[in-house]
Amino acid sequence: MLLAATALAAEPSAARQKELIHLVRQDCGSCHGMTLQGGLGPALLPAALADKPAESLVATIIGGRPGTPMPPWHRFLAEDEAQWIVAKLMTGFPQ
Amino acid sequence: MRSSLQTLLLGLLSLLLAGCAGSPVRGTGDLGLIIERASGHVTLVNTSSRAAYARIGGLGDLSHASVVYSRDARYAYVFGRDGGLTKIDLLDALIVKRVIQSGNAIGGSISQDGRIVVAQNYTPGGIKAFDSETLELLSEVPAEYAPGRFSKVVGLADVPGNKFAYALFDGGEIWVSDFSDPKRPVTKRYPAGQQPYDGLVTPDGRHYLAGLFGEDGIALLDLWQPEKGARKILEKYGRGEEKLPVFKLPHLRGWSVAAGRAWLPAIGRHEVLVADAASWKETGRVAVKGQPVFVMASPDGRQIWVNFAFPDNGWVQVIDTLSGQVVQTLQPGKAVLHMEFTPRGEAVWLSARDDNRVVIYDTRTFARLGEIPVDAPSGIFFTSRAARIGL
Repeated sequence: MLLAATALAAEPSAARQKELIHLVRQDCGSCHGMTLQGGLGPALLPAALADKPAESLVATIIGGRPGTPMPPWHRFLAEDEAQWIVAKLMTGFPQ
Repeated sequence: MRSSLQTLLLGLLSLLLAGCAGSPVRGTGDLGLIIERASGHVTLVNTSSRAAYARIGGLGDLSHASVVYSRDARYAYVFGRDGGLTKIDLLDALIVKRVIQSGNAIGGSISQDGRIVVAQNYTPGGIKAFDSETLELLSEVPAEYAPGRFSKVVGLADVPGNKFAYALFDGGEIWVSDFSDPKRPVTKRYPAGQQPYDGLVTPDGRHYLAGLFGEDGIALLDLWQPEKGARKILEKYGRGEEKLPVFKLPHLRGWSVAAGRAWLPAIGRHEVLVADAASWKETGRVAVKGQPVFVMASPDGRQIWVNFAFPDNGWVQVIDTLSGQVVQTLQPGKAVLHMEFTPRGEAVWLSARDDNRVVIYDTRTFARLGEIPVDAPSGIFFTSRAARIGL
């Protein structure tokens, strides 16, 4: 249901998708690992995220997680872009 | 007078020796290694000719990789994110040995006597000691800070006495493990504070500092008097103000002591904190362009070079340690991840990840001296680290 709803959200343009992939791999990768297998932050691979509701993951990206090093990314990401990232993370993030 | 036959024989002998060794007869003092984080390669470089001389692949996931050197400065030990530990011969430019030692690693260190290489791991949390010659596992210290609870380990540094100091991110403690008997390490624990994210040992090996993420302050342990325990310095530097978001955690290493003061990145403030390195009282702060990541003193201590977290990672600033002022602001390239000074600091090399190059600057004139194409470069490590405590 949530994945379906996410898919309905406007897809970022191809150029923007490329930027988002770079951002996730490189900058999220500072803590979560470039291969997203985790580091100081938890793993972001499909198996690790399987039991997490997509909307709470989107909220974490946008608003951060107080009390942890996870910062809010709303300055750099629109909500539908965060939804696109979550949908991709849950199904296997592109290289 | 040497006969011409003798000269000829000597010449032949030196040719043979060079041939047998498989490498030119030369020192390694001006060599180094650059991590290519995305491709699993390292590029070997020469800081005299300012050029790359070899490239080696097959090192696995090198995001956040770090390097230490053997005490003869011939071998580099590369710690990869995927738990890979690779020993590289800088002269023959090849991999001597490679082991996968854990699932998720964050760096390593080498002992005072050069015989033990220690890796620090996130998963499973703890440290592991290896014979530096063979990479055979000697012993390990699981970071079990409470029954059944393991912590990610950060800030591993070698300290005198064949000991290693490190911090437990989840456990909030500094641990010091004594490897006098490499197979039976003895560990002492010191409460440090909330969420230590990295650590450093001062260049003299006396003080271990752990930066805290979960509170404003830095934990300080005097290794000459460890029984006194860790205390907090630079406490409440944020003055209770709301923190700015931190899009990449800073790194602490032992080169941040210069001109009698320690220069340290604030967390959630765009400032470099300055403390007297004798009293450990705050003596000032320097406003900078973004969240500092590396705050690195030049070998002579005259300058501090600072790079920044996303989104300010295209900038680098230079602080003059005499005036405590920013004297230069540079844009070396896109996503500047790391910097390394040549052994005596006449030049600094900076990696610009998203420009796929390493840029070299003159530290006196700030002129660009050159650049080297490198695929997504991150850490730059010169052999001068071999003789430094805590690097």
